[in-house]
Amino acid sequence: MNTTLLSMTGIDKSFLGVQVLDGIDLTVEAGEVHALVGENGAGKSTLMKILAGVHEADAGTIELDGKPVAFTHPLQAQQAGVSTVFQEFNLLPDRTVAENVYLGREPRRRGAVDTRRMIVDTESLLADLGVEGLSARRRVRSLSIAQQQIVEIVKAMSYDARVISMDEPTAALAGREVALLYDLVERLKQRGVAVLYVSHRLKEIFDLCDRVTVLKDGKLAATGATADITPDELVRSMVGRPMSSFFPDKLPATTVGDVRLAIHGGGNDQLDSIDLTVHAGEIVGLAGLQGSGRTEIAHALFGVAPFTRGTVEVDGRPVRLRSPRQAVRNGLALVTEDRKTEGLALNQSIGANARMALDAVRPGASRARARRIPQTLSSLELVSRGLNQEVRFLSGGNQQKVVLTKWLVTEPGVMVMDEPTRGIDVGAKHAVYTLMRELAAAGMAILLISSELTEVIGMADRLVVMRDGRIGGRLRAGELAPDTGEAEVMALATGSTATEEAP
Amino acid sequence: MSTVLNRWRSVHLGTTTIVYAALVGIVGLGALVVSIEGGNLLSGANIVDLLTRSSLLGFIAIGQTLVILCRSLDLSVGYVMALSSLVAATTMAGDVSRIPIAVAAALGVSAVIGFLNGVVITKLKVNAFIATLGMGLIIKGYLDTQYAGPAGDVPQAFQAFGYTRIGPIPLSTVVLFVLAAAGIWFLHRTRTGHHMYAVGGDAEVARMSGVRTDRTVIIAHILCALAAGVAGLLIASRFGTGSALVYDDGYDLESIAAVVLGGTYLLGGRGGIGGTIGGVLILATLDSVFNILGVDPFIKDVLRGVIIIAAVAVYARRSLVGKVSRRRFTDDAHPPDLDTVEHGSDNRQEGRA
Repeated sequence: MNTTLLSMTGIDKSFLGVQVLDGIDLTVEAGEVHALVGENGAGKSTLMKILAGVHEADAGTIELDGKPVAFTHPLQAQQAGVSTVFQEFNLLPDRTVAENVYLGREPRRRGAVDTRRMIVDTESLLADLGVEGLSARRRVRSLSIAQQQIVEIVKAMSYDARVISMDEPTAALAGREVALLYDLVERLKQRGVAVLYVSHRLKEIFDLCDRVTVLKDGKLAATGATADITPDELVRSMVGRPMSSFFPDKLPATTVGDVRLAIHGGGNDQLDSIDLTVHAGEIVGLAGLQGSGRTEIAHALFGVAPFTRGTVEVDGRPVRLRSPRQAVRNGLALVTEDRKTEGLALNQSIGANARMALDAVRPGASRARARRIPQTLSSLELVSRGLNQEVRFLSGGNQQKVVLTKWLVTEPGVMVMDEPTRGIDVGAKHAVYTLMRELAAAGMAILLISSELTEVIGMADRLVVMRDGRIGGRLRAGELAPDTGEAEVMALATGSTATEEAP
Repeated sequence: MSTVLNRWRSVHLGTTTIVYAALVGIVGLGALVVSIEGGNLLSGANIVDLLTRSSLLGFIAIGQTLVILCRSLDLSVGYVMALSSLVAATTMAGDVSRIPIAVAAALGVSAVIGFLNGVVITKLKVNAFIATLGMGLIIKGYLDTQYAGPAGDVPQAFQAFGYTRIGPIPLSTVVLFVLAAAGIWFLHRTRTGHHMYAVGGDAEVARMSGVRTDRTVIIAHILCALAAGVAGLLIASRFGTGSALVYDDGYDLESIAAVVLGGTYLLGGRGGIGGTIGGVLILATLDSVFNILGVDPFIKDVLRGVIIIAAVAVYARRSLVGKVSRRRFTDDAHPPDLDTVEHGSDNRQEGRA
């Protein structure tokens, strides 16, 4: 069984001058489950996409069965026997399972699509994989996420895939569905299919995978058999870059005051048992893996996908936050994760964007407060050609300053910042950090959500680590040792240590 | 209202079934109202009138269904129909032997226009709304300057297409049903038909699966224009001449209304010709009832508008029900939503350990 089926050698890739992958080597054997792990942004997804033919590598070679291959289109990869199951499914919700599996190559008989054969073939593929209770005639819309994933895998098998890579396959699955996926992967393995398994979850990696490759900052950090590595070692090889002194210190005038935001037992579809308080003058960091519920808390607070259980108090008053409008009226502000689609009206001017929340929610007071917009913008050192410039022409950092201004002029008591420094340059990052310190000193309560561990550790007074929609653990930033801090957070986020609820 | 909706959800009827149930309901209700006024909606003459009324819109709506399934739109169909009637009538010029070539010319011109629509939309990336509106204006300009009034002469033999009946059923209706059946077969049993649903459902998914998306959209537009061309032939056979002015009759928007009323999703990927025919018959039945009752034209349009909006609101509600949700937790106080269970959605009790 020890035959190398797929080997990637010296893979380089950069986007807009930023090196995302640097000389990555990866070999996968037939009948092997190979884990690919790393922090957010380590380059896992890019490597997968290169294998899938979505991106082309700048340098390096891919060999399949010893023969060099080059995929410029996902279809070529599929036809060569390399299939990828992405987190975002490539399925048509209004078509049946069979129609999805055979899309683009529907079997024909005497010129017409042979619908019966399509269904029979799909059902035999399902039976081969030991899947029960899933009819090939069902519409994909009516299937659960786990079932949709099965359809994707069946589609891959219908191309006679020999390598299947799966991007975070369990991210959206419940416990019993995970067991189903384990069985499925086991069956694929028995059939000699190589599985490249991208996951953050250490348990799955050690349960399921034969070997593991670790990426860190676009470089190969480690590779080896899972039997030869402990979970601790694995976590340490994923993180542990030197802590930079990049973050401004807390201003001397900062004092921690009363509780400004309190969530008691908050929960909804995505979240459960959320207890969280943020005091005046405090920055609380919300860490966790992608999909662990960080952004969901921001959305719940802001009334986008409200809490359906539990209570929320702002400045000691119980509040109902059923819509963003109510949230803003209660003194909340949300700097959204996706600046371009949720934070700004790109075709409108800086001035119009900066006034937007104010005009919408506090029209009475808007005139007086709007006068402060130019001042606020200049204090953030916005570089622009004036208030009338359309925001789409600004750099990411300057766009973010407009977003911040838009919220600052509403004079919020609680500011939720979801990935406030994503995609902005170093100078702008520093401006955002300085602003956060100033706001905290002025008595604002800040909830900082970030997937950059250095950022949450460097800025927050306290850390709350999310895992699977619940709070996985709490840490005090001051108690974290500089060299092992990230590993500690990561351990809580991945569940490699027992959950400990610190006060 | 909501209990009715709930029942529909729980029986999980197909949209097409609802369309035909609504059709039966409207025919029944219409017949009742007409009989109170002393008339008979289901009399031979009224049925023939109703079917005749449907066939013109029917041809256009079948074509429109194909483009809407691809998440496109064709606003030039009325002009194509007018042009086709003129090309047919002037080419025939009263000569029976020229019928085949005239039909070929009319359909050929239509197909070329459809091809151009498709190419402008897919290759030049012009929004379908604008592309076909522009194409419509171009044809309108040509018609307005070249044809002051009716033109051409359609021989008796071809006028039979418009007036012959097989039993009580007009020949044009038979042709409509044959075309509809062909269309349904096309959508279900050809690769191109399958790909139309795929392109309309998610063009990127279709492309990633190896579907030639541009080609699929272009074919849909050609077939749509051809269907409008057939409607033009019917106009020519009914009038005995070609007529430029039929483009004013509003078939473009009405055909879209019929398609949507028939349960096809305006943003593509869901629906079918069966429903469209139901939608056409519903509109024609309403027209017949209103005409027999002599309803004020203003009220008539208001009622049609209300019915179309109400129908789409019902469909929109239904499509929300089947939405896949990625639930991690459910509220302990509430049992899981039964509807969601029924539709097999991912209902997650309590998370993992």
